[in-house]
Amino acid sequence: MVQIPDELKYTGDHEWAMEEGDLLVIGITDYAQDALGEIVYIELPSEGDEITKGDPFGAVESTKAVSDLYAPVSGDVVEVNEVLLDAPETINGDPYGEGWMIKVRPYDPSELKDLMDFEDYAEYVEKEMEE
Amino acid sequence: MFPIHLQLGARIVEFAGWEMPVQYEGLREEHLAVRRAAGLFDVSHMGEIEISGKEAALFCQRITTNDIHGVKDFQAQYTLLCNHRGGVVDDVILYKLSDENYLFCVNASNTTKDYEWIIGADEDFQVEIEDRSGKYSQISLQGPRSGAILSECLSSDMSTLRRFYFLPFTWNGMEMLIARTGYTGEDGFEIFLPWERGPLLWTGLMESGRAHGIEPCGLGARDTLRIDMGYSLYGHEINDDINPFEAGLGRYVKMDAGDFIGRDALTKVLADGVKHRIYGFEMIDRGIPREGYGVFRNGTRIGSVTSGTLSPGLEKSIGMGYLTSDVALGDRIQIEIRNTFREAQVVNIPFYKKDVN
Repeated sequence: MVQIPDELKYTGDHEWAMEEGDLLVIGITDYAQDALGEIVYIELPSEGDEITKGDPFGAVESTKAVSDLYAPVSGDVVEVNEVLLDAPETINGDPYGEGWMIKVRPYDPSELKDLMDFEDYAEYVEKEMEE
Repeated sequence: MFPIHLQLGARIVEFAGWEMPVQYEGLREEHLAVRRAAGLFDVSHMGEIEISGKEAALFCQRITTNDIHGVKDFQAQYTLLCNHRGGVVDDVILYKLSDENYLFCVNASNTTKDYEWIIGADEDFQVEIEDRSGKYSQISLQGPRSGAILSECLSSDMSTLRRFYFLPFTWNGMEMLIARTGYTGEDGFEIFLPWERGPLLWTGLMESGRAHGIEPCGLGARDTLRIDMGYSLYGHEINDDINPFEAGLGRYVKMDAGDFIGRDALTKVLADGVKHRIYGFEMIDRGIPREGYGVFRNGTRIGSVTSGTLSPGLEKSIGMGYLTSDVALGDRIQIEIRNTFREAQVVNIPFYKKDVN
């Protein structure tokens, strides 16, 4: 079973977002890491970069596929999990914990409302698995 | 073999109509096992085409670019089938059983095409051409420990079998052909055996190999290992419209070996030179070059990537591609990855060189 924690928000591209004070922590879901398989490479933005809601902010490559990472909200990147650059497989092992990717200061915190909650996302994943 | 792979937890993909294991434990682990110990690949999807008859030798020379004259009984040779335009129909290994009996091991995706092409090339030679692909399983045991593992499994010393030679061997009542060949750059064996007996040998080799650190390997590791070596893969580095000189396979074309199909076209290629050819490169910037990515030099497009990977052994991003033939070793080039240009440098193939100690 794929894990979908209750407290996170989700995108249709399988990123998760978690509020941490006035910042937002972003990563990819358990379902995404499982579908990708062994992740061998990641590209992330740098501190100070801007990300734009719905646009790619980076990419992950597994032994099977290359996949863009899409920004759940617009904002400034304030921290990057640089551990992942050398150990991208961390994402496979702990997608919601050690595998977090970036921390962002959102321009408009209300954009968070456009994301799915865990129930909607679980339904969304179920549909995708049926296809 | 399919149920065995599922038991081992393989991820399965469809390839050329076959359900193939792409990876078991993980590509990195499998790749490194082959470099350091041994890996076992089910390559039963590979095609086998048998040529027999009085004029088998003459016919095999007619359809291949390498020189078969020096090939001895129970010797194998890497060679090419070329069309009349000089394009590569397939790259194959030719196994000589006798002057009147040869076996071609061909790429899975090309089996039917090759078979029909070979039949079409048979003007009026006294030969029989048979597609034996349904008859053979093929298991590939690769890596520095493979000689010890195979000897142990078969209770027979295999270390004396020379590279690119093969021998018939009977084990548990089944007749096999054991060849010291491979597609990984390591010592290794490719074993042809009756289709339905594949699982028996697989299980035997896994058991004998356990103490040596053997890993079952999938198509993913097979690909990264061959890219390390700069080996061509049909459909990527070679196809019907690419000639052997462009593909860097000129050493397998022997113009004076006989009147083989494609020779006239290739003579002209040699005289005219090639406009583009295969090159190897290593990324300087971060990024993994993937098939189809554009290659640039000072803003001008000079070619595209045919294969690329992050090599688990070399821990570098490497790739191959067709570039204009004025490119030189050491040149800086740029690969377009997700709309940005990343620096790379042209390097020698193979990327991986075995330590000689």
